[in-house]
Amino acid sequence: MGNLGIIFRRELSSYFATPLAYIFIVIFLITNGIFTFDMGGFYLRGQADLLPFFSFHPWLYLFMVPAIAMTLWADERKTGTIELLLTLPIKLSEAVIGKFLAAWILMGIALALTFPIWITVNYLGDPDNGVIVAGYLGSWFMAGGFLAIGSCMSACTKNSVIAFILTVAICFTFVIMGSPILLNAFPEWVPQFLVDAFTALGFLTHFDSISKGVLDIRDILYFTVFITAWLFASAIVIEMKKAN
Amino acid sequence: MIEIIELTKKFEQFAAVDNLSFNVEEGEVLGFLGPNGAGKSTTMKVITGFLSPSGGSVTVDGYDITKNPIEAKALIGYLPEGAPSYGDMTTIEFLNFIAEIRGFRGEQKTLRVQHVIKEVVLESVAQQTIETLSKGFKRRVGLAQAIMHDPKVLILDEPTDGLDPNQKHHVRELIKNLAKDKIVIISTHILEEVTAVCSRAIIIADGKIVADGTPSKLESQSKYHHAVSVRLNQEYDLAADLAGVPDIGAVEKEEVNSFVILANNATPIFAQVSEIAQSKQWPVTEFHVNRGQLEDVFRAVTAQTQGGK
Repeated sequence: MGNLGIIFRRELSSYFATPLAYIFIVIFLITNGIFTFDMGGFYLRGQADLLPFFSFHPWLYLFMVPAIAMTLWADERKTGTIELLLTLPIKLSEAVIGKFLAAWILMGIALALTFPIWITVNYLGDPDNGVIVAGYLGSWFMAGGFLAIGSCMSACTKNSVIAFILTVAICFTFVIMGSPILLNAFPEWVPQFLVDAFTALGFLTHFDSISKGVLDIRDILYFTVFITAWLFASAIVIEMKKAN
Repeated sequence: MIEIIELTKKFEQFAAVDNLSFNVEEGEVLGFLGPNGAGKSTTMKVITGFLSPSGGSVTVDGYDITKNPIEAKALIGYLPEGAPSYGDMTTIEFLNFIAEIRGFRGEQKTLRVQHVIKEVVLESVAQQTIETLSKGFKRRVGLAQAIMHDPKVLILDEPTDGLDPNQKHHVRELIKNLAKDKIVIISTHILEEVTAVCSRAIIIADGKIVADGTPSKLESQSKYHHAVSVRLNQEYDLAADLAGVPDIGAVEKEEVNSFVILANNATPIFAQVSEIAQSKQWPVTEFHVNRGQLEDVFRAVTAQTQGGK
């Protein structure tokens, strides 16, 4: 196993060594249940799909993902373990990606544990399971986008609370980028292609199409590039700020 | 061998390490001394590749720390200041993690981890999470991870800081045992430690080397080198008897009836003083030669730079 794998395993097991992972998963499942069944009108809609389940995910992630991401690098700096980690014979990229993957897999585990909702909808009706699989995949990729932002913000500061707030703020911007509220705020003279480009950068544009079952390679590519770019930025910030 | 050539590390405009050059050979235990803020830790952070230098170079066994960081880091074992480690892991989990990163697998890994646990006496806390350990044990966990791969170069930033005398003694013994055909660099502000374990000492102040030599050579720069300490059991005027002897300098009074007779021109004066003491029948209870005090030299060489601030 390479260094990336070793770091990944250490990080993931440290989530489960403390109550953090369990609390996170339980809260994630409860909130998902409330959103889907209570507020999403899962039964009232009378349709056998998971659209109400997925459509709340961007707003759920807005607070849940930064909570996981905030300690990624801020704690390493605060406790000084960053000095230990980065004087081991590893590449910085291995540390950045290993840590990110561990948090992303934790998100994946939490997401996978929502399977009773999938069983329910299959019991009650005859949903298109392909759309549901696409929805899960899209949701997980979006969580990765949030996490990558969080990784970078966490590298910016020793204080994990500051990292949390910064991550929420930036994630919020990316969530509302494609929403009508923001689009209507553009004055008339702004050329349409700029508005389109702006919309194209938002999470919702890409997530909505995936969760409706349109698994376009461009949407997956968007999240992949997005994650890579933010992780690259994380590495640069860590390199710059490790001295203080 | 570690070669440090014109190493400089600047933060903004402030040079924490200023044009430092020195070599360390195998078998040397180098004590790195200096007042707080002199640049000890910064130098170590640059040597270990944590910080990149603003100028100059560090080469470990031919590998440049900025050009071949992975190869150079593989040769180094490092205990950072404060011995940081992952608090939520148990001692054994943490050491297993380090062993894996250092390239040990399977049975070899188990053997290696068992070996370092035995070496720094961690058996009793192997299954405890590190955050629940006492300061002494945490320091030892840090030491264990540093020696995991039996490194050619061992760099320890204040390895005995905050330990009780027994633990300090233990760590020093450990360093002495490890030192054979290795390079050990330890930073400390405990001067007795230098005399106890180091074969060479470098004193730095304001990022520059102000003294470099064996501990005994540094001690000989002290004004107390060759000085004779005398304790009497009643009052007596020593100075009067000693006046006029060319090799004997000032007489310092330490306590009531306790004196230090300084030597002029760094010449041994023991024989002369002892002769005078016998002929004048001093009421002596204690009589010995000082080797010189490192502390005194330390203060002397770092005083100007501190005063200049």
